[in-house]
Amino acid sequence: MICDQCRERDAVVHLTQMVENAVKQVHLCEQCSAERGIETTVAEPKHPLGDFLQAVQQQAAQLPGDAARCAYCGTSLRDFRASGRLGCAHCYGAFEQSLRELLRRVHGSTKHEGWRYEARDPELVTRAETLRDLRDKLQRAVSDEAFETAASLRDQIRGLE
Amino acid sequence: MSLDLSLVPDGGLHWLGASGEHAGIVLSSRIRLARNLAGYAFPPRAREGERLRVLHEVRDAVGRVPSLRDSAFVRVDECSPQERLLLHERHLVSRELAGLDQGTTAPGAGAVFVAGDSGLMVNEEDHLRLQVFRSGFDVAGALRDAERMDRELGTEVPYAWHHEFGFLTACPTNTGTGMRASVLIHLPALVLTQEIGKVLQGLQHMGLTYRGLYGEGSDVLGNFFQISNQTTLGRGEDELADQLIRVVRRVIEREEEARRVLVRDAGYIIEDKLWRAYGTLRHARNLPADEAMNLLSGVRLAAGLHLLSGLSVYTLNKLLIFSQSAHLSHAAGRVLTEGEANLARAKYVRTVLATEAKPPG
Repeated sequence: MICDQCRERDAVVHLTQMVENAVKQVHLCEQCSAERGIETTVAEPKHPLGDFLQAVQQQAAQLPGDAARCAYCGTSLRDFRASGRLGCAHCYGAFEQSLRELLRRVHGSTKHEGWRYEARDPELVTRAETLRDLRDKLQRAVSDEAFETAASLRDQIRGLE
Repeated sequence: MSLDLSLVPDGGLHWLGASGEHAGIVLSSRIRLARNLAGYAFPPRAREGERLRVLHEVRDAVGRVPSLRDSAFVRVDECSPQERLLLHERHLVSRELAGLDQGTTAPGAGAVFVAGDSGLMVNEEDHLRLQVFRSGFDVAGALRDAERMDRELGTEVPYAWHHEFGFLTACPTNTGTGMRASVLIHLPALVLTQEIGKVLQGLQHMGLTYRGLYGEGSDVLGNFFQISNQTTLGRGEDELADQLIRVVRRVIEREEEARRVLVRDAGYIIEDKLWRAYGTLRHARNLPADEAMNLLSGVRLAAGLHLLSGLSVYTLNKLLIFSQSAHLSHAAGRVLTEGEANLARAKYVRTVLATEAKPPG
């Protein structure tokens, strides 16, 4: 989406304003919003819950800006635009709307018509994702020196492996 | 780590055998499938430990995959730069996995499994890149083998999959089938008759694209082109492959037609040009890589026009790969400088032509 003001850069701030008893949506880029004195919240969220909330908010508004992040791997839409590479399978869900547009442009379609895939054991997929999640938590626990939590996480990981 | 290519079945060069259809014009057919494992970040985003776990999981699974039975395993990131270049010259690993681009290194935990015509790259841009090569024009055969390997591997490790988008890949240009079907084709007559521009333009209208001998980002050298499907989503694997087969068949016809026209309208000019190429290769003492490639293209055309006999397509294919710098270094047993490689190249080509080509009296 293009900024309503400069009509050049991508809009990352989406405002809902009341103008003469009517609801008006305004979409601005970082620079134009700063010029209008609007404080942006596009700075990188540090807390994992922040990622998650932002993803949810973006999805609810259906206006994923450049700062939208995949809650799973932390890749932002801006990272993706810079590198052309998505971070993980979940990015397809996090950036679905932008991707759908892109896929249509590149391939002329968004619907896979080829071989279907079914994991032999769908459990395996869930387990693989749980494992990754636990390993992430373990790494955080170790760096926070939360050794009791780390030990319990390690046991859970061993159990799943 | 020292790379022992004798452990690789057929040295990974079975596809040079020139056994397939139209082998004089189409060197090889290839299917590549991009796949990722569920539960891990894609390699460009993954941490080193995560990439290692992917590699262990895949290595464990490969033992149970019949298509990759008895495959050789090479940790590409532990190879020397020279060894990585050697693997790349053989088309066993991509530029990216070999870390050949300036300012890059081989990606961590990058590896390749090679079993005859089939191979599997691990931790390239995607976790898995399944590859099947066939000699000559045999896209359908390569697709059959690739489908089997994919099915076998997909039951052993869970793939990243989306009900609407299909197979999920790091780059959205591969999403869907994750398939790149390609042929490596030699089109000297279309270049000489200057029809190639029209042909290449036509490819784009048919949903196909072209690259040089070594794929993405490589130059077109020696009139060798890699033609492949452009899109991966919205059409099935068979449909994409069929489209490539139909168009390539038409390109082969046009190349053959151009060869007839050349011989008919410019017989002696062409003959002179090709004999000069042969003469240079047969006697030169110093042969840079690009020049060798262009002259070999001429000799290949000469053989196709039956001006040269006794030179098999297999020999021509072999010359193309073994005259490259990492292969010359490998044969010499040490890393050659560019200057030394040019001398070694001239000697190698001279020797092969002296023993295998018999020009008509």
